[in-house]
Formats: sequence, C-alpha cells, structure tokens
Amino acid sequence: MNHSVGNTGRLLAAGLRALLVLTLVCGVLYPLAVTGIARLAFPGRANGSELRDADGRTVGSSLIGQTYLAGDAPDLRWFQPRPSRGLGTNSANTRYDLVLSGATNRSGDNADLIGWVTDAKAAVVRDNSVAGHTVRPEDVPADAVTSSGSGLDPHISPEYARLQVHRVAARNGLAVARVDRLVAAHTDGRILGFIGEPRVNVLELNVALKELADRQ
Amino acid sequence: MSPVLAGVLQLLALVATLGLSYRPLGDHMARVYSSERHLRPEKWIYRAIGARPDTGMRWPAYLRGVLAFSAVSVLFLYLLQRAQGSLPGSLGFVSIDPDQAFNTAASFVANTNWQSYAGEQAMGHVVQTGGLAVQNFVSAAVGMAVAVALVRGFARTRTGELGNFWADLVRGVVRILLPISVIGALVLVACGAIQNFSGIHEVGQFTGGTQQWNGGAVASQEVIKELGTNGGGYFNANSAHPFENPNGLSNLFEIYLILVIPFALTRTFGRMVGSLRQGYAILGTMAVIWLGFTALMMWTEFAHKGTAFELAGGAMEGKETRFGIAGSSLFAVATTLTSTGAVNSFHSSYTGFGGGLTLLGMQLGEIAPGGVGSGLYGMLVMAVIAVFLAGLMVGRTPEYLGKKIGTREIKLAACYLLVTPALVLGFTAVALALPTPPHSMTNSGAHGFSEILYAYTSGANNNGSAFAGLNADTPWFNATIGLAMLLGRFLPMVFVLALAGALAEQRPVPVTAGTLRTEKPLFAGLLVGTIGIVTGLTYFPALALGPLAEGLAA
Repeated sequence: MNHSVGNTGRLLAAGLRALLVLTLVCGVLYPLAVTGIARLAFPGRANGSELRDADGRTVGSSLIGQTYLAGDAPDLRWFQPRPSRGLGTNSANTRYDLVLSGATNRSGDNADLIGWVTDAKAAVVRDNSVAGHTVRPEDVPADAVTSSGSGLDPHISPEYARLQVHRVAARNGLAVARVDRLVAAHTDGRILGFIGEPRVNVLELNVALKELADRQ
Repeated sequence: MSPVLAGVLQLLALVATLGLSYRPLGDHMARVYSSERHLRPEKWIYRAIGARPDTGMRWPAYLRGVLAFSAVSVLFLYLLQRAQGSLPGSLGFVSIDPDQAFNTAASFVANTNWQSYAGEQAMGHVVQTGGLAVQNFVSAAVGMAVAVALVRGFARTRTGELGNFWADLVRGVVRILLPISVIGALVLVACGAIQNFSGIHEVGQFTGGTQQWNGGAVASQEVIKELGTNGGGYFNANSAHPFENPNGLSNLFEIYLILVIPFALTRTFGRMVGSLRQGYAILGTMAVIWLGFTALMMWTEFAHKGTAFELAGGAMEGKETRFGIAGSSLFAVATTLTSTGAVNSFHSSYTGFGGGLTLLGMQLGEIAPGGVGSGLYGMLVMAVIAVFLAGLMVGRTPEYLGKKIGTREIKLAACYLLVTPALVLGFTAVALALPTPPHSMTNSGAHGFSEILYAYTSGANNNGSAFAGLNADTPWFNATIGLAMLLGRFLPMVFVLALAGALAEQRPVPVTAGTLRTEKPLFAGLLVGTIGIVTGLTYFPALALGPLAEGLAA
C-alpha cells in the first residue's frame, strides 16, 4: 500500500515538473518570442491596427466596428454599420467598461430575431429614402438587418454601402456621383479574387467622407 | 464571381494546401515518434522532469503518465484561476468562482475549451497566456501521444510496450506544435491579429469619446487554438472577433490549421504500420465525410430556410461580412468534425439543418478528421468495429493490420463507443427533467432542446463550441459539463490504451486470401457506412426532437 502511494506521489511530482517546464516553454518563452518578432515586423498590426484621421487624431481600429450615433439614433451623415445586438457589457470586473464581443444566438424561428429584422429593414428603407430616391425593401441586403458574430464587424457589404450613398450625399451636401466614387474606392474585393467576401470598411470610409465634406 | 463559386474555390484551395502538406508533415511526425535521438532542449526537459525517455512503458504505465499529467494540469489551472485576483499581470481582474474555475480547468485540459466565461472580461494575461494557452499545447500533445501509442499497438508484436509517454509528450510539443505555431502566429499578425501585452486602454472613436480595449498575446494563442484543435477563444466572440481572425485569408489559414495535423496523422499511421495504403484508406474515409458535410452545409446556409433569414434575404445573422456564408460554413464544418470548437460564426443562428449538421458532426465522434490524435484513434476504433461487422457477415475471425480482433479487443472498442453517447444522452435527459436547468435556454421549443443537447454533445466529445444562447455559467452546467468533458476525454483513452496493449502483445496473423483488404476503397466505404449506422442508431431520436423538427418546420 505504502509502496503504491509512494509511486503515485512520484508520478504526480513528475507530472508537475513536466507541466512547469512546458509552461515555461509554451507559456512564457514562446509568447514572448512571438511578441518580440511581431513588434519588430508588424508594429501597427500587433497593436491593433489603429487608424488616424487627417488631423492625426486616433479614431479607432480599422478592424473594430463602431457606432455612429447622434444621441441614441443613427447619425445619418455617416455611413452606418451592421446592427450589433449581440454586444454585451461588463458583468464581471465592472470597474471597466470593456466592449464585450458576441452574437445574438437567436435561431431563424426566434420571435425576437424576426422582430429585429423586420424593424431594421423598415428603418433602413425609411432612413435611406431621400427626395428623388426611394429604397425598396427588396433592395436591402441581408447584412444590413442582421447582427454579426462578433458584434464588432468593421465591414458592410458593397450593396449596403451603395444603398446609403444617396442619403449620405444629401446629408453632407455632396454630389451623389462623388460619394459613389468614394464608396467604389473603399470597396475591397476578395483576396486573390476568391478568398473572403467583397466588403467596405465603414470607419475608413467615414474618415474619407469627413475629409471630403470638410474640404467642401 | 458568385459567392457559391468563391466558396467552392476556397474549398479547393484548402484541399490543395492540405494535400501539399500531407506527405512532409505526416512523414515528419512518423520520424518524430520513431526517432531514437533526443534533441538537446528535450534532454534538459527530461532531466527537469526526472524521466527516462528511452524506457518503454506497458499500457497501464503509459495510462498512469497520461492521467497523472492531466490531473496535475487540472489542479494547476484551477488554482491559477482561483488566485487570479492576487496575481500580477492580471489586468486587475478578480479570481474566478470555484464552479467556473473547475469547468474551465477541466475544459482546457480535456482539449475541449468549452467556455462559460467571456474571455475579455474574465481572464487576464497570466491565466490566458501562462495557463490556458499552455494547455492548448500540452492537451493536444497528449492526444497525439495516445494516438501514436495505439498505432504502435498495431505496429508492434509480442511486446506489451507502447513507447514512453514523457518522450511522446515532449516531442509532440517541441518538434511538431511549437515550430508550426511560431510561423503560424506571425502569419496571423501579418493579417492583423494582435500580439502585445498592453493593459486595458482607451482608444479614440470617430464620433468622439473613447472605447476600452484589452491587449493580449492573441495571435500566439490563436494559432495553437486551431492547430491543437482546442478552440478556446481569447475573446468571447472567438474567431469571429476581428483581432483573432482579421480577414478572409486568416480565416482560410485558420481552417487549414485546424485540419492539417488530423489529416496528416493518417500518413504517420500508414508509415508506422508499414503500409501507406492503410493510411490512405483512413484518409479517404475522413475526406469523404468532411467534403460531404461541407457541401451540405454550404447548400443549407446559402438556401437560408427559416423565417428570420428569409425576411433578411440571407442567413447572415451571427456571421461576419468578411467571411460571408461560404467562409463561415467551411469553418463551422471543420470545427465540429474535429474537436476544435472554435467558431467564426454563431452556430445557434445557423439554419435548422445547418445547426443539425454541426451537432451531427460532433456526434460522429469527431473522426473526420477529428481532433489531433483523438481523431485518428477514434477512427481506428471505428475501423475495428467495421472489420468486426465484416467478420460477422462472412463468419471469420476479424483481423485488422495483421492483428486478431478477438473478444477482448472488441469489448474494449465497444466500451469506447458507449462512453460518449451515455454521457451526452444521460446528461441531456437529466438536465431537461430537472426544473431549473431549462431556465438557461434563450430560444424555446425545438431550438431550446438543441441548445442543451448541443452543450453536452460538445462537452462529452471535447469540442467546445456552443449553441451559445444557453447560459451555461450556472453551477449545474459548470459542474455537469465539466464532468462530461473529463469523462469524455479520459475514459475513452483508458480503453484505447488497453486496446493498444492487447494488440501489441499479439503475434501477427499472416495475410491470406480470406483476409479483408482494409487498404481498399471497399473497406473505406464499409467504414463510412459503419460510422453512419452507429451514429444514426445512437442519436437519431435526439436529433429528431431538436434540429430535424426545427428544420422541417421552416
């Protein structure tokens, strides 16, 4: 009996030593080495791809979606992102006010989701129909009325960006053709022609739009 | 180019890159686990452990090594989380409650990475990088070690020895996982994944004001999370978070990382048993199931049946613009047919059939291609069952790879098969029968049932993805899913190692005209059929109540 207890103890001690050594290798040396190389080779990306506007002010990350609100309602001067109903707020460690990424996790037959999509569609049609240009419900692309997986989707589809052009042009006193060109210039195709999806980065687009409007 | 065509091309690109790495990686792994040489850093590690890496272990000794190392790991990770509040470098985050700390420790040691916490608001640098990411490496290496022990059981004769657990563990980390991770992490940073040790800081916003971010060693954790088929996200949104998975290219790369070792291990297997064609038969079986699931998933998601999706004009709820339907479907299939469980889109918001496919993928036992190591040993156990069934049909004692599949072997294989379904169906039934657990459901009806079925399927199969509508951070779910993960990981390992021991003791059976040719496509077909029948008989009633009911109603 004592013999086997001793054996078990020796085995557990070996396990602990193995864990500590491997923690040193995989949990300390490896991440430090990768961080060191990453900071040298890709300093901007390793730190979150922060984006500055024409005045040199940091306006966020080109990878993290933002909201463009005037009060509680969308500020219709700016291109609007996708809904982000899955975003949470700090429930632990409440001294912080971190953005908590997440999805709604609602299924296709869920009453909440059906209501949200219906309301979002009506709002997109209403907000983007300006004098001389009416948006039809069937023109609204799916990404405009659904929340993304992270709630932080930095992109919208080119269709949704183009749908907002008339409204944005009217609100900023710009020519529709000028805003159209802006959207086209900020539309990224698939990587190598087939990887990922075509998309428009909303923050980058709005930064360029602001520059254009300010010059006006 | 249409999104469907782009999706097919991305699938083909995956097949091509996996094909290119199949031989070199598979052969490299065979050399790693067969080599007599020790690298200098490995010798230092053995000295620190106090292990003699050249001593062969019989199956009970090998198993004791696995269990001792894993038990110590659970305890260490539990204590690390419980002490987080007093550890420096923890962003000032508080200690994790006991039930959640147990759940998380069990989860990461069992290669499951089920998360009942939200990473960005719960776990600081020390726990994430020094605790969770370390288990991403070592739990994967343990899985590979057990798979290699089973392969040695087939390859060796008249010995009980299956190799040395400590040597297999250390080599898996040092020679396979670490080198790929260093390169992969830098690829991810180049795409835009973050890699720093910043504290929580304010960043300006376009319309004024600031937003709070936390930094982290994300890329270095992300790469091993996929490569080791672990799946625990640094952030709550997992690989949907742009800092973990910044663009379409990183997305495809992450899917590649998930699949590369499990597929290549079939080459390692072929090499080690001395017949590459035996490895190809297993590879073919895995590939057929993977491609079939991928095709079905793309079809149902592009078709977007379901009231809300039809209203929206596409199943984009819970999916990111940069990945779209195709990039999300590819990821969802890869993550649930392996034991990964990372998500780049939220399975709960998939169509009824799409969600059902993610469930079914896990219920196959995650063998197509499966987790690192666990996929191979799971598939080999299925192959044992398949030759047994074939033997029954022709009235011959079944053989596989020159070994008799006798009473003892088939009993062990059957025990292996019974563990996970017993855990999944048992816990699901109890959770639904009790008054409070169903309060955790977000959706009602068939989808609510699927949330709970998914949780235990994911836990017991060591997947870790979720129909995340379920609020799983309750003492009941933390405790029972924690148990399901531990039992679902280590009980099957007991049977696998016992089987390996039994096989290694046998003398080889000569190949005769009556031997079932297990390297032929016919056998691969039989294997696919066996997997389908075993899974179908086990889970069909449960699937009918959940995703099938939802899918047919849509």
